[in-house]
Formats: sequence, structure tokens, C-alpha cells
Amino acid sequence: MILEKQRGGLSTGRSISKTLFRKPRNALEGGERAAAEAVAPNVPDRLMEACPGCKAMIFADQLAQNAGICPNCGLHHRIGPARRIALIADPGSYHAVNEDFTEPNHLGFPGYDEKLRRARAASGAAEGVATGFARVEGCPCALYVMDPAFMMGSMGTAVGEKITRLFEAATARRLPVVGFTVSGGARMQEGILSLMQMAKTSGAVRRHGDAGLLYIAVLTDPTTGGVTASFAMEADITLAEPGALVAFAGPRVIEQTTHQKLPEGFQRAEFLLEHGFVDLIVDRRSQRATIARLLRLHGEEAWT
Amino acid sequence: MKAYDKVLAARAGGRPTAASFIEGIFTDFIEMHGDRRYADDPAVIAGIARLNGRPVTVIGIERGATLEERMRRNFGSAHPEGYRKALRQMRLAEKFRRPVVCLVDTSGAACDIGAEERGEGQAIAENLTTMMGLRVPIVSVVIGEGGSGGALALAVADEVWMLENAVYSVISPEGAASILWKDAGAADRASECLKLTAHDLRRMEVVEHVFRERDGWPRVYDNLRAALWKALGHYAGMGEEALLAHRYEKFRKIGRMGEA
Repeated sequence: MILEKQRGGLSTGRSISKTLFRKPRNALEGGERAAAEAVAPNVPDRLMEACPGCKAMIFADQLAQNAGICPNCGLHHRIGPARRIALIADPGSYHAVNEDFTEPNHLGFPGYDEKLRRARAASGAAEGVATGFARVEGCPCALYVMDPAFMMGSMGTAVGEKITRLFEAATARRLPVVGFTVSGGARMQEGILSLMQMAKTSGAVRRHGDAGLLYIAVLTDPTTGGVTASFAMEADITLAEPGALVAFAGPRVIEQTTHQKLPEGFQRAEFLLEHGFVDLIVDRRSQRATIARLLRLHGEEAWT
Repeated sequence: MKAYDKVLAARAGGRPTAASFIEGIFTDFIEMHGDRRYADDPAVIAGIARLNGRPVTVIGIERGATLEERMRRNFGSAHPEGYRKALRQMRLAEKFRRPVVCLVDTSGAACDIGAEERGEGQAIAENLTTMMGLRVPIVSVVIGEGGSGGALALAVADEVWMLENAVYSVISPEGAASILWKDAGAADRASECLKLTAHDLRRMEVVEHVFRERDGWPRVYDNLRAALWKALGHYAGMGEEALLAHRYEKFRKIGRMGEA
């Protein structure tokens, strides 16, 4: 890790403003050298990035090879559906459904069309959740993965509809559902219609459950608002990634409302485990094995 | 009236709260306390009453009428134990085959450390799945402010009604304005964009009925009593499977204009 810290200055364009006028915290940061190197030409974009957890500079490919986990501090960086599916599903087993599904700007909300356009460009996806069918160590399941790059996984009518359709299809095909949540909550640009998606998805989760089928949710950073208050918290088995923020009201809102200092680790996965709202915290690198084990325990090995 | 005027009217001090509606619509109300898990939440009142003589379970979010009462009731922002108290009463309603009437009036669920520690999100989520499968009729009435998930937790129903000056929104206009335009003062504009008035929601088919307020509150209570009597009778006679299918479809159809 010393290597990464020494090379702290070999950074992407984004960190220039952060480090340029700041005194180095320690000798390894090498203030002036860092500033000089930071503006050096021919540094490919995103070759390295600063870990938001420990501030160490990490090679992007090293991060990628480590499932998006900082090799220095263990922070689970946010990853999108494509990476997530590659980590969880058996190679070639994933088949997307409703991939191009979108909904119009129902309310004619000002600026929303432009926001959607930018979200599509940033994520490369039509909407904020990927849904499909896959196998995990041979066990078939329905799979949804929310996308932090798409308006922070906010739930509008399209996300609600895709999740609902997935649970309905899983019920019809008698398959378990495995879901990865990441969300800033309901998408306010769709007003009351996005709030209603909480009820709609909950109905589909309930029917799937009533059919005796298994639902495993994996809460990832951050899972908040209307998604926490609906399908994220409705699973039979609730897993969470280490350090993930899981909340109904986010910490900033609570601080502003109550003017209270929030306790250390408040609303992190470990806090939820301690308070009884999560079954298990699972490192991203062992999620595939854990999920497969759970699927097998509810599959053909079950008592009849 | 402009949308933001409705927001202000819905929050106005003199407006009757859930307790007044219960008194005006039902007889013989007997209040039940506690969630049997943690505490009794004064922001939610729940119990059994009679509607034209027949027993119903009534659950209301209560803001309080005086300042002192408002503080005691946390201004109608319920903690998880409030939603779990409601849940307990709904399960009893199902056991004893009586319909459920919910009166919604909240700016939102409680937002503090205790609420999060005790699982506000989980409490709301459990109400949503439970109400989706509850085998007795449910009618919810937004009587003042319907604030986001904290309101929805009592509004998964066979029909959702609103009073004409009530509002129902995914986020408060102040909250939306401060996120979108970094200006909580733009709540006026946000109110228009959010389409949160009773007539907006009726147009979007999120609510089935809007009740006039202009003839005075005694008339509102009479109208609600008559409408509840009719609706609950209708849904009670429907048969459980048809009832649940109807409730599922009511929410299933919302926001389904997309491609493919």
C-alpha cells in the first residue's frame, strides 16, 4: 500500500483541486511533487482513484480485480449492475428482461427529461435497475440489481414496474428472487406516482412470499428512503455489505431536523445488524458463495 | 386555490384532526394502546368503534389540537411503534372480520435517532406487505397532509379518499425545493410541480373520491360516514380473493404507460 500512497500525486484530473492548495498531511503525500505531477500530461483518466474511505490512491484495475473493494481499508466501493452481475451470476447465465423499459415524464416535471438523458449517458442503461434471470453456482433465480449511476438508484414508475414484473415472473416460474439494493429513495420528479411504487412492489413481494418462495435482499451503500421502506426491508433473508449506509431518513436530514450529533457508525450495516434489522453482513467477495448456499438450503435439499 | 395554499390549508392550526373525525363519524370508540414490542406511540390513535352500529377498526395519525398536545404527539410524526401499533390493530381486525378505516394526517414519519434505531423503514415496509394481504376491507382517508412513506404506511387500501384541501406527496414541497433548487422558499413552485392536490391525485387515479369541505365539518363527517358505509359494505361482500385481487390491481396499474 506504501506504493499507492507514494504515488498519491499521480492522480486523475479530479483530485487536482483537492490537493493543489493543501499542505501535505505527511511525508508520503509529497505536496509539491504531487501538485507538479498532477498537472503532468498523458495521465489516462481514471487510471487511479482516491478511496473515499482511506484516501489512498488505488489503481483502478487493482480495484476492479478486488471486486471494487479497497485493498487498503476494505471499503466496498459502489459498483453498477454489470460488475455486480459478473460477480454473482454464473458466467453467461444472466438473461436480462425489460432491459429497454422506460416510462414517460408523467408529471411533466421541469428538468426531468434532461436529468434522465444525463442519467442514461452516465450509466449506459435505460433505467435505474437491471432485472433478469440467472444461475448462482447452478441455482436458478430471478435477479435485480439497482444502479447507483442512474440518479442514485431512485425509484420512479419504471423501476417500480421492472421490480414488480420480476417478482411476478419469479412467482409464475416458482423461482427465488435475489436483489441488490442501492437507492436514494423515491424519485421525486415522479411525485405521488413514485410513492405508489412502494405499494406496488410490496404487493408483488407479498404474492411471491405467499407462494412459498424465497427472497434474499442484499443492502448496499446507500439504501435509503422509499426503497428501504418497501422491498429492501421485505426479504426473508436480509444481507448487507460491510459499512453500507441503510436508512429511512438519511443522516443529513436527521442532523438538520434534530440538531443532534449522530453516534459513530449510525445507520451503517453493522448498526443495523446490532439492532436486529439485518441477518448477516457479507463481504462482496464471498456473497456468491453465501447466496448459493442459502439458495440450496431452500431448494431441493428442503424438507417436503 | 393554488397548490401551495392547499398545503398551508392542510397544515392549518384550526383544521380538525383525526380525533375529531373519529368523534364525528363513528360512535362508541374505544382506544387501544401499544405495539407489544416497545412502546405506545401517541402520534397514532387506534381502536374499535361503530359505524352505523357495526364494529370497525379505526386508525388515525393524530397531530394534536393544542401546542401542548402537538408536542406530546410529535406533531403527528409516527415512530416505528406507531406503525406497529396500527399493524397490531389491523391483524386483530382481520381475526375478528371487521373492516379497517385509516385517517391519514402527517407531514411524514418521525425523523430522529430513535426512529432509525427501531427500524422506521422496516416498520413502514411491513405495513405495506401486510395491508396488501389483509383479508378485510380497508379504506384510507387523507384528511390533512399525506406525507410520503409515513402516510402510505396507512394508505394501502381498497380505496383511498381525500378531502378537497388535503394534499398527498412523495416529499414536502419545502424538501423538494431545497433539493432541486437549493431554496426551501421555492416551495410554492415545487407544490405546483409535484401535483399533490386532491384533484391532481383524482386525475391520476391514485384516489377514488374527493370530499368537499365548503359545507362545514359536520357535513363532511356525514358524507364520510355514508360513503364508508357504502364502500365497506361493497368490499365486505366481494369475497376475500376478489378483494385482494382488486386491491393489488389498484396499485399495480399505477405508472404503467411504458414500452414493452
